[in-house]
Amino acid sequence: MNIYGVLAIYRFEMARTKRTILQSIVSPVISTSLYFIVFGSAIGSQITEIDGVSYGSFIVPGLIMLMLLTQSISNASFSIYFPKFVGTIYELLSAPVSYFEIVLGYVGAAATKSVMLGLIILVTARFFVPLEIAHPFWMLAFLVLTAVTFSLFGFIIGIWADNFEKLQLVPLLVVTPLAFLGGSFYSISMLPPLWQKISLLNPVLYLVSGFRWSFFESQDVAVGISLGMILLFLAICIGITWWIFKTGYQLKS
Amino acid sequence: MSNLISISGLSKTYEPEFQALKNVDLDIREGEILALLGPNGAGKTTLISIICGIVNATGGTVTVAGFDNVTDYKKTRELIGLVPQELTTDSFETVTATLNFSRGLFGKPRNPEVVERVLKSLTLWDKRDDMIMTLSGGMKRRVLIAKALSHEPRILFLDEPTAGVDVELRKEMWTVVNELRADGVTVILTTHYIEEAEAIADRVAVINQGEIIVVEEKDELMRKLGKKQLSFELATPLVIVPAALAEYGLDLSNDGWKLTYTYDINAERKGITALMADLVNAGIRYRDMETQQSSLEEIFVSLVKEAS
Repeated sequence: MNIYGVLAIYRFEMARTKRTILQSIVSPVISTSLYFIVFGSAIGSQITEIDGVSYGSFIVPGLIMLMLLTQSISNASFSIYFPKFVGTIYELLSAPVSYFEIVLGYVGAAATKSVMLGLIILVTARFFVPLEIAHPFWMLAFLVLTAVTFSLFGFIIGIWADNFEKLQLVPLLVVTPLAFLGGSFYSISMLPPLWQKISLLNPVLYLVSGFRWSFFESQDVAVGISLGMILLFLAICIGITWWIFKTGYQLKS
Repeated sequence: MSNLISISGLSKTYEPEFQALKNVDLDIREGEILALLGPNGAGKTTLISIICGIVNATGGTVTVAGFDNVTDYKKTRELIGLVPQELTTDSFETVTATLNFSRGLFGKPRNPEVVERVLKSLTLWDKRDDMIMTLSGGMKRRVLIAKALSHEPRILFLDEPTAGVDVELRKEMWTVVNELRADGVTVILTTHYIEEAEAIADRVAVINQGEIIVVEEKDELMRKLGKKQLSFELATPLVIVPAALAEYGLDLSNDGWKLTYTYDINAERKGITALMADLVNAGIRYRDMETQQSSLEEIFVSLVKEAS
């Protein structure tokens, strides 16, 4: 195992976060705080409790998950797309690092950043709404698993994209709508029966539901199914990444 | 010297049907400087890229220090440093940070002493804390070389290292390459500046249209394929070369003031003494004479023309 290689990639990516702290940390924290103020405090005060939880508190897991998905994808996709774009990828491809080590470095750094952000937002939320975590271990497990899975998904997007438009395509046109429609701001029990069934096709619903269960023990789908869906998506991402490196897709001619 | 890199039957076809390398065989000896010469699109960069692992070969094998570069890629890549043709750098990193990154990527722990030595050898020490984006093109080129040397490789590939670099800096880089050779590093460089190969290479490989045309010791190549010319500056101009001198195949300059005799430097009898005597017999007097030997560039051009 080329541990120095993994550390070099990891440190490089974390240093990039430090250099762009306004964009990487401050901006998502501010935008999520605005959600708390508008939806949690202002509008939320007019909405009745959901499953015995005030609306302001209810949306915390959904908001963290929304940020976690978008930031994991954004961090990981940019981290591998940029070396391709500027040409520095040559060094990575000619270095004695295995595919697993490359993924470990890039995805590890992207997931670390996302988990850090998630925890920062969690702490920030405590300033706006009362919050209890029923299952801290599972909360952390969902947080880390989702960050790793979607960082891997972002990594795949970064390799697939051959221009900046493609890089933004999936996060903006697929992930964000799915996150908004995946129960971040509501329980699907509030929807008409038909839309409840349609919502079950949205993979993000399972992530939000499982994560929310770890806070309030309220859930749209069974927590075991939520966990299974995350692991399934993780397995799919690992499979695609393995195929990318095996074939050299978009990396090697 | 033993072979450090052995390339056997290497071929590469890019989709749909462009054959960049055709069954290339090449051995590179430990500790030598090999210049890989060829016109644009000859396959130089493809060859280097396959050895380094950036491009997949269609066929053939490459071994580095006895290890296959596909099945034992970690062992082969640890030994190699690559300086790419393009100025591709992490603009927002400092010089030291980017060297630390490269060293780590190649499996070595941080070592400030090595980084300092490399930076000083490339006169980059004063720039160590500067962001790469603030450096000039020549400095960026040095940073790329420093990155490639940061993990102390046994083999260094330089793909057009002095392209776009001024003459002074180019000569400084030749000094660096010679110092590397003195340290036992094997250097393979591709270049468009044939004077570069002439100045620093031990051996020359000429590649054209994906095929290695010739691999030879530089001095031997120039001796074998080079021609020498003896020119006479005449005391009075000639209109035509006298028939008595026809056997020498002399060239008369347009203004009639210069006669040039081209001969094979390897020939047992070069005919110079006889020619000088025959010039006197023909009543041709000369004021001065000079000799010229063909450069590597002329040899290269003639080889490529022949192959095409």
